[in-house]
Amino acid sequence: MITYFLCLVLFSIGLFCAVRKRNIIKIIIGIGIMEYAVNLFFILIGYRAQGRSPILARDQAITNIVDPLPQAVALTAIVIGLAVMLMLVALAIRIYERYGTFDITKINRLKE
Amino acid sequence: MNHQSEKGMTFIVKTVTKLTLGFILLYGIYITFNGHDAPGGGFAGGVIVALALVHVMLAFGKEASLKLLSARTLRLFMATAAILFLYGIFKGYPKAIFGNEFILPLSEMIIVSVGLFVIFIALVLVPKSDKRSE
Amino acid sequence: MMIPFFLILPLGNAFVTVLIAKADERLQDLFAIFTTLSLFIIALFTLMSVNAAPNHLLLYRTTGFLPPEGLALVVDGLSVFMLVTVNLVALFVAIYSSGYMKKYTDKWKFYALFFLMLAGINGVLVASDIFNLYVFMEIAAISAYFLVAFGTEADELEASFKYAIMGSVASCFILLGIAFLYAHTSTLNMAGIARAIAASGATRVLQLVSVLFLMGFGLKAALAPFHAWLAYAHSSAPAPVSAMLSGVLIKALGIYAIARIFFSIFGASVQICQILIALGVLSMIIGAVLAFGQTDIKRLFAYSTVSQIGYVVLALGVATPLAFLGALVHIFNHSISKSLLFLTSGSIERLMGTRQIDKISGVIRRAPATGYPALFSALSICGVPPMGGFWAKLIIIFACVQSGHPILALIAALVGVMTLAYYFKPMTCVLFDVGTDASIVMKKACIAINTAMVSLAVVVVIAPFILMPGIRKIFIDGAVAVLMNGTSYANIVFGAIR
Repeated sequence: MITYFLCLVLFSIGLFCAVRKRNIIKIIIGIGIMEYAVNLFFILIGYRAQGRSPILARDQAITNIVDPLPQAVALTAIVIGLAVMLMLVALAIRIYERYGTFDITKINRLKE
Repeated sequence: MNHQSEKGMTFIVKTVTKLTLGFILLYGIYITFNGHDAPGGGFAGGVIVALALVHVMLAFGKEASLKLLSARTLRLFMATAAILFLYGIFKGYPKAIFGNEFILPLSEMIIVSVGLFVIFIALVLVPKSDKRSE
Repeated sequence: MMIPFFLILPLGNAFVTVLIAKADERLQDLFAIFTTLSLFIIALFTLMSVNAAPNHLLLYRTTGFLPPEGLALVVDGLSVFMLVTVNLVALFVAIYSSGYMKKYTDKWKFYALFFLMLAGINGVLVASDIFNLYVFMEIAAISAYFLVAFGTEADELEASFKYAIMGSVASCFILLGIAFLYAHTSTLNMAGIARAIAASGATRVLQLVSVLFLMGFGLKAALAPFHAWLAYAHSSAPAPVSAMLSGVLIKALGIYAIARIFFSIFGASVQICQILIALGVLSMIIGAVLAFGQTDIKRLFAYSTVSQIGYVVLALGVATPLAFLGALVHIFNHSISKSLLFLTSGSIERLMGTRQIDKISGVIRRAPATGYPALFSALSICGVPPMGGFWAKLIIIFACVQSGHPILALIAALVGVMTLAYYFKPMTCVLFDVGTDASIVMKKACIAINTAMVSLAVVVVIAPFILMPGIRKIFIDGAVAVLMNGTSYANIVFGAIR
C-alpha cells in the first residue's frame, strides 16, 4: 500500500517541477519524472501475491504469475515517453539558439 | 572537444571498433529474432544495433561516419523497414500470438536503431545543422 | 474489410513519401491527394456498411483472438460520423497544402508528419481498446507538436514548446487514469470496462478516474480552463496545420474521446453531465470574451474555436436526443467552417503579407476566391440563417429549453450574439476597403489553394442539407443512437463478436 502512495508522491513531485520551475530543462526533467512515476505505477498494479515472472516454460507447472499486460503497456508507454522527451529537448536546444536564455518567463514573444 | 570529435579517437579505439562491430551487430540480430522465447524482441535488438552505429560515430568522428551512413541511406532503411512493417500487419496474424515471426521483429529492429541513431546525430550535430530532428 | 485501411493508407503514404523524398514534388502532391481522396471514399463506404450492418456496428479482428483477449477495430455510428468529417477536411487541407507549402523548403517532411497525424486521428476513431486509443492519440499529438514548429521561427518554437508541455502533462494524467481504471476493472477493452463498471457500480475510484480523464481530455479538447495552448499554437503554425489542429484534432482527440468514455463506458450520471455543462458554459464565455480584443486574425479564430467547443460540450452535458443532434451538427459544421476560415486566413497572409486585422482590406474585391469562402464560413460560424451554424445553435438552444434549463438557453443565445460581434471587425475588413494601407502588393494566385478553398466553400454552403430527413437518417441518427444508448455499447460489441 505504501509503495502506491510513494509512487503518487513521485508523480506529484514531477507535476510540481513541470508547472512551477522557471528553467526549461527543469520543466523537461519534471515531465520525465511524471512519466517514470506513471509507468512505475502501472507495473506495480500488475503484481500478484507470491507471483513469479510471466514466462511460460515448457516443463514448469503454472502456479502463480504476475500480470503480464501492464508490462506490455509500460513498454509502449516508455517508447512514447522517449518520443516526447526527444522532441522537448530538441525544441529546448533550438529555443536557446533563438532566444539566448533558458528562462521561461523571458520567452514570451507571443503576447496575449 | 569539438576538434577532437571531428577526427575521431585514437588508433587503438578505431581498430577495436572495426574488430568488434560485427559482433555487436550479430548480438543485436540474435536478440531480435529470439524475442518470442526469451526476453528481447524488436525494441531491445534495435537499441543494441543503434549502439553499434553510435559506436562507429564516436570512434571515427562525424564526417567519416556520415560518409558511411549518409542521410539518404538512413532514410532509405527507415522507410523500407516501415513499409515492410505495414505489409506484415496487412497480411494479418495467422492465428499465432506473435504473428509473422520474421518480418515484424526485423522491421522493428531497423526502425528503432535508425531512429535512435538519427536522434543521436540530430542532438549532437546541433550547432551546425538546420535540419529538424525526427 | 475496409477498416484497417484507415490506418494503413495514411501510414503507407507517410513512409513512401520519406522514401521518395528527393523526387519530383508533383509526384508527392499527387500521391497525397490520391490517398486522402481514397480515404474519404472508404469513409463513405463504411458509412453505408455501418447502416446496413446488424446492430449498426462493424468489428474487425486484428489478431486471431476474439476480444476481450485480442485487439479489434470497432466502427459504430459515432465513429463513422467523425471519420467522414475528418477525412473530408483532410482531403481539402491536402489539396491546399500542395500549393501553400511551396514556400517551405522541405515539403516531404510536411507530408510525412501530416499523414502520421491523420493516421493517429483515424486510429483514435476506430480504437476499441482504451490503451490503443491512448497510443494513437499520442501519435497524433506528437506529430501535431512537430507540425506546429514546422517553420522553426522563434515564435513557432515557443508556441510548440508550450503546447508540448501542456499536452504531455495531459497525457500523463490520462495514462494515470488508465492505470487506475485497469486496477479497478482488470481489462483494457472498452466494452469489458463498461461491463465491469456496470457490475460494480459507482465507486470512489471512478470519481478519481473521471476527474483525471476530464483534465486530460479536456486539455486535448481545448476546454476552459485548459484552453491556453490553443491561442499560442494557432497563431504561429502554418495555415493548413492550424486548419487540421482546430478543425479536426480537437474534435477527434478531445470531444470524441470524452463522448466515448463518459457516455459509452462510464454511463452518463447526473454529476458528470453537470460538470460538462459547467465546463461548456465556462468555455463559451471565456472564448467569447477573450476574442474581443485581438488584433491577430488567427488568434481571434483560435478563441472562437474555444467558444464553439463550449457549445458542443454544453449540448453533450444536456444529454437529450435533440441536444445530441445539435452537438453533432455543430461538430460537423464547425469542422468544415473553421478549417475553411484558417485556410483563407493563410491565403490572406500569403497574398497580403500580414495577419493584423487593421491592415487587411478589401479581400473580396481583390481576391474573390479567398474572400467569398471566408465570408460564407464566417457567416456559418456566427449562426446566420440559412447557413449550417444557425441550425446547429437553434437546435442546441431548443434542447436547453426543452430539458428545463432556460438560463443555459439564454447564455447560449447571448454568446451567439457576442460571436457575431467579434466577427464583425475582421469581416468588414474582408469585405470593404476600410484598412489604412490600400495599396498592398498582391502576389500571384495559386490554383491549388484556390481550388481547395472554393470546393470547401461549396461544402459549407450545402452543409445545412445534412439535416434533411433522408441524409440525416444515414449520417447523423446512428451517432445520436450511440450516444443515447450509453453503456449498452458493451452489449452490442459483445454481441457482434459471436
